[in-house]
Amino acid sequence: MKDTTGTILAVVSAVLVATALVLVFLWAPLEMTMKEVQRIFYFHVAVDWVGFLAFFVTLVSSILYLRTAARKWDIVALSSVEIGALFLTLGAMTGSLWARPVWNTWWTWDARLTTVAITWLVYLAYLMLRGAIDDPQRQARFSAVYGIVSFVTVPLTFASVFFLRTIHPALFAASTAAQGRMQFDTGLGSAKMGMTLTFCVIAFTVVYVTLLRMRIKLERTADRVARLQQELVG
Amino acid sequence: MIQVHNLVKSFGPTTALRGVNLSVPEGQFVTLVGPNGAGKTTLLRILATLSRPTQGTVKIGGHDLSQGAAEARRKIGLVSHQTLLYGDLSAEENLRFYGRMYDVADLDARITQVLEMVGLAHRRRDPVRTFSRGMQQRLAIARAVLHRPSLMLLDEPYTGLDQDAAARLEAVMSSVGTEGRTVVMTTHDLERGLAVADRVVILVKGRVAFEAQRSALDGPAFIAAYRQYTQ
Amino acid sequence: MTYLRKIAAIIAKDIAAELRTREMLSSMGVFSILVIIVFNFALELTERQIIETTVPGALWVTIIFAGMLGLNRSLAVELDKGCLDGLLLTPVDRSAIFFGKAFGNALFMLIVEVILVPLFVVFFNVPLVQPWVIVIVVLGTLGFAGVGTLLSSMAVNTRAREVMLPILLFPVAMPMLIAAVKATSGAMMGFPVSDWQQWLSLLIVFDVILITVSVMVFDYVVEE
Repeated sequence: MKDTTGTILAVVSAVLVATALVLVFLWAPLEMTMKEVQRIFYFHVAVDWVGFLAFFVTLVSSILYLRTAARKWDIVALSSVEIGALFLTLGAMTGSLWARPVWNTWWTWDARLTTVAITWLVYLAYLMLRGAIDDPQRQARFSAVYGIVSFVTVPLTFASVFFLRTIHPALFAASTAAQGRMQFDTGLGSAKMGMTLTFCVIAFTVVYVTLLRMRIKLERTADRVARLQQELVG
Repeated sequence: MIQVHNLVKSFGPTTALRGVNLSVPEGQFVTLVGPNGAGKTTLLRILATLSRPTQGTVKIGGHDLSQGAAEARRKIGLVSHQTLLYGDLSAEENLRFYGRMYDVADLDARITQVLEMVGLAHRRRDPVRTFSRGMQQRLAIARAVLHRPSLMLLDEPYTGLDQDAAARLEAVMSSVGTEGRTVVMTTHDLERGLAVADRVVILVKGRVAFEAQRSALDGPAFIAAYRQYTQ
Repeated sequence: MTYLRKIAAIIAKDIAAELRTREMLSSMGVFSILVIIVFNFALELTERQIIETTVPGALWVTIIFAGMLGLNRSLAVELDKGCLDGLLLTPVDRSAIFFGKAFGNALFMLIVEVILVPLFVVFFNVPLVQPWVIVIVVLGTLGFAGVGTLLSSMAVNTRAREVMLPILLFPVAMPMLIAAVKATSGAMMGFPVSDWQQWLSLLIVFDVILITVSVMVFDYVVEE
């Protein structure tokens, strides 16, 4: 069975990511303090962004599931959590790789990192919850409920830790050298950084959509197998 | 009293009820039988508003359950094989609590009345966990009739009872049942089930396989029909 | 009976049942004392300054763990003998059932805290018995019990019952924990409210949002 859309998406993703790599390593400006290490920031932000986007997708499909009781929304929610968890893990790893040379530590409990950690734990809890329930309807319902309740607390977690000092670099600074801000040699440098970043975010979002689609198809196939099994037996 | 139309209930890939149609007029006593897995408990739970249909409509006392089951709940009393009683509270406290939840008028008098009906007035202050299984089942019936429901649902009420306790239960049910109620009872005990019913229904693999008025059927014929449809 | 009186009746029922056995309160209480002792040895609480910075955190960790014991037990009681079904059979609004259980759970936690907080004062010599600290403890308990009741009614229906509740609840309760610890610290040290009032606001916001969301989705947890 040919899957044209899937193939197209996969190809597009590959092209976008390849282009992103080129942009990041060859075109983007050199940051003055952190030098080459800073380049990982492009991937880090893009991947983290997708990690949180996935959560939002889960929130929306959870709400839709509760309103319609349609299995397809449950499939979307589940798939998004799995892929979101993957991206968030990558985000944390790239963050650590960046942090070590720059801050001299692998991890710190500032606002954003803490929120990432909590979100990751929520994803894990979501998957464990699903794993502990046999009845498919209940599994879907409970996951949807948890998806909604836990999403609400993520911004609250961010707010709570935000009130503490953060050593996380601020994103957009063209000029002054405040502690932890990124600096580029000219104004054009900042613009190039902005464009590279946007491109990376788009590229990884497309990757997310590709993977999401694949995961959804996988789950749908599993459903069909289960249904066929039931019909054969009963 | 009850109108079930094309009721379908699925749990993921498994379908427990595959289009059940059932109409029960007021005051009728229906005994529902069928092999394990036929969907009897599922059907009863949907009638009790504890579970929602995947497809189809259910009306109880004129109330469509999908439109808001609260009013229908006032008319329903359920006795299941779980007692639904708080073990640490006394019989009286259990009844008082449920009475409050159902807004039962003249609650004190009614509690005394139902306790006497089930023969447990002498144990009203004792914690329910000190009761025998038979006594707990009788108290469960008291709880179920406390709010004077017009529909009684009984899910295998004789389970776990010895002969003596079962006979007691039967006596209680008939004294309680004569108040013009509609009753739907599921059971594995074919003879007893037939004896008390106005009508019998056999449920097999989520569908109504057979039904008849009790007047048209005797014991052996019923058992034969059961064997035939559950092959 | 009005809506509020039904909630009160559910709470009264839980209190009556608990008074018979005192199982939940005693296990929560004993557990709390043990945790205090463990903290005393696990953390080197020798210097005054260390004590002052650590105690608010230790207090809230104890409250949260003891609270989870209570939550697990409270919902397990309803599942036993199918009592939750019994409640769902009645025409009582599902939200009333939620509030009844949630406030009941909060009440039990508060009873344990009435003993716990003075114990902290005694063992660590910190000025915890102050009006603002009490306010913070009450607010934190309400939020925790609220979302905890929702999550425990799910957890209790899963295979890994006891373990599932902490897994679900900890990430969600994190903002409340952070805010409560910070606010308690500020209040305990006697700093003016303006210094730490953002933590108090956060706590209130957490309570309002999470309890509202919990009530709204509770229906979906209990309906089949």
